[in-house]
Amino acid sequence: MTSQEKNWKEISPAGVCWKSSIQFLTGDWKTYTPVRDLEKCTRCLLCVLFCPDGAIHWKPEKGDIEFDLNFCKGCGICANECPVNAIEMRLE
Amino acid sequence: MFSEWKFTAKEIAEKPDLFLSGHRACAGCAPATVLRLIMKAVRGPTIVTNATGCMEVVSSIYPYTSWAVPWIHTAFENAAANASGIESALKILKKKGKIKHEHVDVIALAGDGGTYDIGIQALSGAVERGHDFLYVLYDNEAYMNTGIQRSGGTPFGASTTTSPAGTVIPGKLQNKKPIADIMVAHEIPYVATASPFYWRDLITKARKGIEVDGPAFLHVFAPCPRGWRSDPAKSIELSRLAVETCIFPLWEAINGEYQLSTPSKVLALAPQKKKPVREYLKLQGRFRHLFTPKFEKLTEEIQRITDERWQRLLRKCGMT
Ligand SMILES: Cc1ncc(C[n+]2csc(CCOP(=O)(O)OP(=O)(O)O)c2C)c(N)n1
Ligand code: SF4
Ligand SMILES: [Mg+2]
Repeated sequence: MTSQEKNWKEISPAGVCWKSSIQFLTGDWKTYTPVRDLEKCTRCLLCVLFCPDGAIHWKPEKGDIEFDLNFCKGCGICANECPVNAIEMRLE
Repeated sequence: MFSEWKFTAKEIAEKPDLFLSGHRACAGCAPATVLRLIMKAVRGPTIVTNATGCMEVVSSIYPYTSWAVPWIHTAFENAAANASGIESALKILKKKGKIKHEHVDVIALAGDGGTYDIGIQALSGAVERGHDFLYVLYDNEAYMNTGIQRSGGTPFGASTTTSPAGTVIPGKLQNKKPIADIMVAHEIPYVATASPFYWRDLITKARKGIEVDGPAFLHVFAPCPRGWRSDPAKSIELSRLAVETCIFPLWEAINGEYQLSTPSKVLALAPQKKKPVREYLKLQGRFRHLFTPKFEKLTEEIQRITDERWQRLLRKCGMT
């Protein structure tokens, strides 16, 4: 061991991911964007539950949902699962 | 044994995500939905350990983490061994009075490769020793992170890069290993199957697996559009069709007693509602060859295997 090297107690025991991925935006992956018909939407929240990216939020204070396009990858699960077909996927 | 936790969609939507946005899973990845929903089931401080595989990779690309709870990855084969160590350490710390919480729960996560194949030894040992943890298998039916190789969880007839459908073979020649039954045979207190379309059933079972004293095993069906060559928008629909065709029935075994869960029980009581397997297969490119004249007969074989397994399950549930 050279004098510059750290001993085992000084080095991190493993790689540590220290930054939250909410700082890594995945919204620019998308080809299609969800567009919601506010009249048709019943606020059943199924899209909020099924979104793989947690990109649809329920806002209790507004009594409504909100799409976070910074994370939406445009997969279309929300549109496919919406029981009243209130979501349309539009080509960006 | 279990708390009577009841919840609405609104309550689940209001719970903050513990598996966070910004992960790098493909668009339409059902395993990512599964993790979001399972993390809504935690009851307090929780430590997660993850085997190598897509969900580990997409949630820990340096320096980013998609976990809002303590999380550790070590290797591909040892999620259950990690969980054993964590649980043992927690026990000692509690005994020494260094942890004040009533519970600190441990969840091990692994894919099908990490469970049916390389991880089964660590898993079998950990549950035999009786460690108190929940093991979640998210089953996307192949080694997806390394490029869609077949595993013990890949179903008969599926084309993968190591079971390629072509002029010689019609996709994988062997059946899917009945991993959840193998876990029931370990005589552990809780084993269940779940599928994300049935989100309430999934969250309830995850909570039961966390609450039960001793090892629990949760086998979750998790469509992968990349590897299944399916439309990303259809991942949750496929998780419904797998249940409706009885390809992936939902059940739980509490202390070894099998019982069907409601979505499958409905089909047992009204068999005319059971859908033909073709409705599920035809949405996926990995089964595309089964719809050509050369291999057409194999869809009947898949129907036969599915029916046989379903009948065997009904007998275990005392429903015949
Ligand atoms: C001992 C070992 N062998 C092989 C690998 C390479 N490897 C990394 S991820 C992976 C596939 C994981 O498949 P699965 O458990 O089904 O998870 P998925 O990626 O499908 O989510 C493999 C083979 C490894 N990391 N370690
Ligand atoms: S390959 Fe499949 S399991 Fe892996 S991130 Fe993509 S969709 Fe999810
Ligand atoms: Mg896999």
